[in-house]
Amino acid sequence: MVAVVKYNAGNIRSVINALDRIGVESLLTDDPKELRLADKVIFPGVGEASSAMKYLEERGLDEVLKSLNQPFLGICLGMQLMCEYSSENETKCLGIFDETVRRFPEDGIVPHMGWNNFLSHSGVLFEGISALDSMYFVHSYFVEVGPDSIATTDYILPFSSGLQKKNFYGVQFHPEKSADVGQKLLENFLRIEP
Amino acid sequence: MNLKKRIIPCLDIKDGQTVKGVNFVDIRNAGDPVELAKRYVQEGADELVFLDITATIEGRKTFAELVRHISKEINIPFTVGGGISSVEDAKKLLDAGADKISVNSAAVRNPDLVKEISTEFGSQFLVVAIDAGVVDGQWKVFVKGGREATELNVLEWAKRVEELGAGEILLTSMQHDGTKAGFAIELTNQMTDLLTIPVIASGGAGAKEHFSAVFQQTRATGALAASVFHFGEIPIPELKSYLKNQKIEVR
Repeated sequence: MVAVVKYNAGNIRSVINALDRIGVESLLTDDPKELRLADKVIFPGVGEASSAMKYLEERGLDEVLKSLNQPFLGICLGMQLMCEYSSENETKCLGIFDETVRRFPEDGIVPHMGWNNFLSHSGVLFEGISALDSMYFVHSYFVEVGPDSIATTDYILPFSSGLQKKNFYGVQFHPEKSADVGQKLLENFLRIEP
Repeated sequence: MNLKKRIIPCLDIKDGQTVKGVNFVDIRNAGDPVELAKRYVQEGADELVFLDITATIEGRKTFAELVRHISKEINIPFTVGGGISSVEDAKKLLDAGADKISVNSAAVRNPDLVKEISTEFGSQFLVVAIDAGVVDGQWKVFVKGGREATELNVLEWAKRVEELGAGEILLTSMQHDGTKAGFAIELTNQMTDLLTIPVIASGGAGAKEHFSAVFQQTRATGALAASVFHFGEIPIPELKSYLKNQKIEVR
């Protein structure tokens, strides 16, 4: 069973629909017990960092998420919340990844919205995916490149489009909205052994 | 490598069916929206827009059921619009699976709506659609499906909605829409120079050259069209390989 973390962020339905298309059953839940029992956990979302962190903290979900041991995938805001700190309303985040989240400089078009590919990418998540394959991005804040980066993309500057530490994975783009190549990434994640 | 220019078919919806108004008046039937959408995804469309064209005029409420169906079936982003006039309308469509919504007349009536929706759901969720027409030599904002001119200057309005929190502008030139004579290059260029949010050019696509022109001569990050795609006049794979040959980055 794949658990999808239920919280006050948008775009959750799209992830469930993508899992349905793959033929994988999912459960939308904020119950700590169900999250701990799941084979995989997906932490999706678009939205604003401080209100999302507040929501998680009020329910004790911040501690639950950090303590999970199964393969865990954060998407977009989900990945940003797994970082140390976000400059979006000066928010202390989960601190799973050491990197910080900053706003794109305004000398380009912001948000970064549309299809973009990779400067670099590696690891099981990207198996069978070329650096020239494009994924769909929508974000005004980016994760800086750091020790946990497993994929990087160029927009105004190079940023982390993928992160990994132990069982925790994050992607900045939306695999659930990135056509067949996005589906491949989700399938790669679902194949990762605990 | 960089951000790719987006090719965006627009499906005008009336009573659950796709239609395309030529100059917003004459209407021809081009089929079932979900089937058409799936075909576009296979052909390499980068995004889709579904506009409920009857909504504003007849005060019909949005088409959440169709949106729910679309979000189950297709795996690229899509925007829905038509008659969205409140945060509640927006919430229904978000819950139904829309990636973005577009507001048009309602934003003109109540600019605070732009702020309310973007604060509640994020700027990335909100496209402000602007129908631009020429009145006495000036580009003015039109509402109600292009039937009614307002006093608003197009560029000033675009800047204002950007400040209020719009995530993107869909700029349709009514002077060009349906003519198949090319996009409104000059107006689009003025707008992309003025704004920092993405602008999608719409209205006037009739040939592949029109797409390369709008991408080479303006900073538009996407181009939207309807009939040239619906009736197979410009197959999307052909358009994309043409743009690649013109050194325009596409997916």
